[in-house]
Amino acid sequence: MTDTPTVLPIKIAVRDLNFYYGKFQALRNIHLDIPANRVTAFIGPSGCGKSTLLRVFNRMFELYPDQRAEGQLLLDGEDLLTSKQDVALIRARIGMVFQKPTPFPMSIFDNITFGVKLFENLSRIDLEERVEWALKKAALWDEVKDKLAQSGASLSGGQQQRLCIARGIAIKPELLLLDEPCSALDPISTARIEELIAELKNDYTVIIVTHNMQQAARCSDYTAYMYLGDLMEFGDTEQMFFKPNRRETEDYITGRFG
Amino acid sequence: MSEKHLSSQFDSDLNNISSQLMEMGGLVETQIQRAIQALARFSVALAEEVMHAEDRVDVMEIAIDHALTSVIARRQPAARDLRLLLAISKITTNLERVGDEANKIARMVKSIVEHGEARKMPIGDLRLASDLAAGLIRRALDAFARLDVNAAVTILKEDDMIDCEFKGFTRKLITYMMEDPRTISDSLDLLFLAKAIERIGDHAKNIAEFIIYIVKGTDVRHSSLPQIESALQN
Repeated sequence: MTDTPTVLPIKIAVRDLNFYYGKFQALRNIHLDIPANRVTAFIGPSGCGKSTLLRVFNRMFELYPDQRAEGQLLLDGEDLLTSKQDVALIRARIGMVFQKPTPFPMSIFDNITFGVKLFENLSRIDLEERVEWALKKAALWDEVKDKLAQSGASLSGGQQQRLCIARGIAIKPELLLLDEPCSALDPISTARIEELIAELKNDYTVIIVTHNMQQAARCSDYTAYMYLGDLMEFGDTEQMFFKPNRRETEDYITGRFG
Repeated sequence: MSEKHLSSQFDSDLNNISSQLMEMGGLVETQIQRAIQALARFSVALAEEVMHAEDRVDVMEIAIDHALTSVIARRQPAARDLRLLLAISKITTNLERVGDEANKIARMVKSIVEHGEARKMPIGDLRLASDLAAGLIRRALDAFARLDVNAAVTILKEDDMIDCEFKGFTRKLITYMMEDPRTISDSLDLLFLAKAIERIGDHAKNIAEFIIYIVKGTDVRHSSLPQIESALQN
């Protein structure tokens, strides 16, 4: 059961999506419209399929032979699952940040330009500008501007995560997928990233998977509650946290689930 | 509340607050009943008891607000827990006002008795209305304890009866005053009493509205009865 919340333009339309890890079905008939230029949060207990759904969005699952997706995944109307387009090009339109910071073993500067260089042919000056822009967007610039040549791994956890977000947005994707981006961060770094998310939605469509219900409530416009591979309820975040339509959603949100 | 949270501490916090609210409600009920008895018997002693106990109501209001703040700060409640806590905060305010009205009645009884005269006045009608009002508060608290929406709707309907009684009583007082202007002073006292009782009914109605808010998530304040009933059907 889903409630299409809005008449906003849809960035990604998920239609009858089923997903399998070998014989195990991890997503069942997902039907979901993700509005453009909004933040959508996926919540649900461990194993509910929210990270799986995120991984389907940029076809990351194709790296594993056993995993397959059926259905449609329409990014601006184009089905990503059957697209003849190069997967790398799809991923350039869909950035992703993971739970654990994953800086590449190279300098801060190169971390950010790595993806950019794959898709764009920029002059040194333009690259430097892009790095500064991305780092400023990710609220990291002031902390690293004097040490761009240092290794990305030399940064603290919170800084590394912001570096990964800067790297994700440096290629100017249309959709940004955040898989528990703050779970390893302290409250200050978390607050910075939430600020950043609020700012990012001006330019991008953002999807965030989080176990932190308050985080979903704070920074998303729409919330999807998933359970055991089903999309249980999807709606306006305020409504979901105040008076969800389904009892199951309310039980989960109020901590009665068990 | 039905069904337990994963955190039993959270459950026990919520249960404690609900019990405190019921205790405050019980105290306020007693205050109304004593004030009514003071009126029926023209008893200064009973009126003074009510006036003395008023402080306890105020203390309980503050204690409940404190407990609410603490749970909200620690638990960041959502959905029906959030609605429950918000509603309790408002119900507490209403109960405190009911306590104020009981205190007002007690003070008025004391003043009427000290002036003499009141025994000639139509107290019987007031007793009827005050029993109705006290009954409504008790049932509002019962409905809260059971989160019973149907009972809440019934209370909304019955508050209208008290309002009717109040209007009838006012008309009656006016005829008394026209027939014998010497009764004006006492009639005004009685009018204030009647107004206090009518207000108690209004607070019971407010509490009933908050019960609907907790259970259904619909804010039915300032809506007419037909509007409320149709909102509940959806």
